[in-house]
Amino acid sequence: MEIGLAHYLTVAAILFTLGIFGIFMNRKNVIIIMMSIELMLLAVNINLVAFSSFLGDLVGQVFTIFVLTVAAAEAAIGLAILVVYFRNRGTIAVEDINMMKG
Amino acid sequence: MLNLGAALPEMFMAVSALALLMLGVFAGKDKSFRMVSWLAVAAQVVAIVLVVMGDGGSAFFGQFSADPFAKFCKVLILIGSATGIIMTMNFAERENMARFEFPILISLATLGMMAMVSANDMLSLYLGLELQSLALYVVAAIRRDTVRSTESGLKYFILGSIASGILLYGMSMVYGFTGTTNFTVLGDTLVGGELPLGALVGLAFIFAGLCFKVSAVPFHMWTPDVYEGAPTPVTSFFAVAPKIAGLALFIRVAVGPFGGAVEDWQQIIVLISILSMAVGSFAALRQENIKRLMAYSSIGHVGFALVGLAAGTQDGVTGVLVYLGIYLVMNLGTFAVILCMRRNDRMNEEITDLAGLAKTKPLMAAITAIFMFSMAGIPPLAGFFGKFYVFKAAVDAGLVTLAVIGLVTSVVSAYYYLRIIKVMYFDEPVEGFDRNGTEMNVIMAVATIIILAFVFFPNPLMDSAAVAAASLFGM
Repeated sequence: MEIGLAHYLTVAAILFTLGIFGIFMNRKNVIIIMMSIELMLLAVNINLVAFSSFLGDLVGQVFTIFVLTVAAAEAAIGLAILVVYFRNRGTIAVEDINMMKG
Repeated sequence: MLNLGAALPEMFMAVSALALLMLGVFAGKDKSFRMVSWLAVAAQVVAIVLVVMGDGGSAFFGQFSADPFAKFCKVLILIGSATGIIMTMNFAERENMARFEFPILISLATLGMMAMVSANDMLSLYLGLELQSLALYVVAAIRRDTVRSTESGLKYFILGSIASGILLYGMSMVYGFTGTTNFTVLGDTLVGGELPLGALVGLAFIFAGLCFKVSAVPFHMWTPDVYEGAPTPVTSFFAVAPKIAGLALFIRVAVGPFGGAVEDWQQIIVLISILSMAVGSFAALRQENIKRLMAYSSIGHVGFALVGLAAGTQDGVTGVLVYLGIYLVMNLGTFAVILCMRRNDRMNEEITDLAGLAKTKPLMAAITAIFMFSMAGIPPLAGFFGKFYVFKAAVDAGLVTLAVIGLVTSVVSAYYYLRIIKVMYFDEPVEGFDRNGTEMNVIMAVATIIILAFVFFPNPLMDSAAVAAASLFGM
């Protein structure tokens, strides 16, 4: 079977959906939310690289490199905030993040 | 071509932020806060001059465009963040958060906002947006020894990252189905043509991501929590600069690359706008915490501003820009009042704490009343004109229902603004507040003068907004 653009897009869409569901279904741990966010960004990268390859245009791949870099910075900042939160609260369970209701 | 001169203000901000970081590190952690803060303010004032004096034009091979629209928004953003830093200084020293990193983070966030309102490509848009967001996540959690501040930072981070992910997914779809990420090329491709279905899906994702960033309903749930949890001066910064930058970005994306597809996005904006105005008005009615109230109020204001964008016309965009300018002044003034709600050197955040302010501090109560009347949109104060221009643009574009709904929600929102006035003037006074800082008095006075004088001298703001909007429509 020929692997075409549609296959890549489907994989990316499934990964993206998994990422979103991972964020909203998960009630246990904030680390899992961060993993889900990474999953969303990686799905976008698959999308960009697939489009870039099929369009014969380099912009998509350049974009991917930038997204990877920013994702790394984002994970670093997220974990740092999580660590200071844990020091104050002693827990990172999602259902305990409820000092303010909203 | 490269044309670095067009990006001079951004480069100046970047270099000055890094220089201040070095200065802060070498001058010693505790002593340098005030010096670094004032230098950051000075750098932002210089950046305003550079923005205003700059020739404009496009730079970095079409990635970046310093048109009058970007200039207008940059000036508003820089005023907002410079005032934000000034309002923080005394608070930070009293509340044990006087770290020199704070003004630097604000400078970097401002740099990100400037880059994103100037973005002429999905890539530069994304990088500017992320620079802004990453700095702001840290700023929200700057009081790292309190649960509330870190919790608001965590919530902001998680929801902001989801928004970035959604936005990026939309960008990848638009890129894939149109073959370009450049706004100018996109705009030329889409003129008169049908938007491919994939690109339409991408557009919806991009708008969803942008709604998160400007806290428009249905993506507003982070706003009250983050506003309540973050330290008050940070909240006042959040309510102003990122809001203006986000709305400017929203306008640029909607009108620039997707200007040919107005019919496709108009209904989305109309719906978002109605929902934001409704939630902003009704949910605020039962708030007791004044920071939460301001959060819902800002959601409502975003709804009103989007009314102008929904019109999709040049007048509409002019209206939004005028609205943003007035919103900036009203919000800075109101937050200066909130920051003065200190009693025995402790912050107070409940609306009932304002009780009897008219007896203990009559002048401050009168000023607060002016801000509240202006927010409610009562003529002849500035807030009325902001609303008037966006509603007028909507009616001219045939969106009469939207304008009527806007008026109704505006009346509803008047209730909670007037309630604050009632609490100040008719409730029994509680113990008076501490003496105001001089900088707060200055900010309140300037904001009051602008709000009162706008009816006589509307031209500076109106004309520059009109020029800015015209540049976006290529006229």
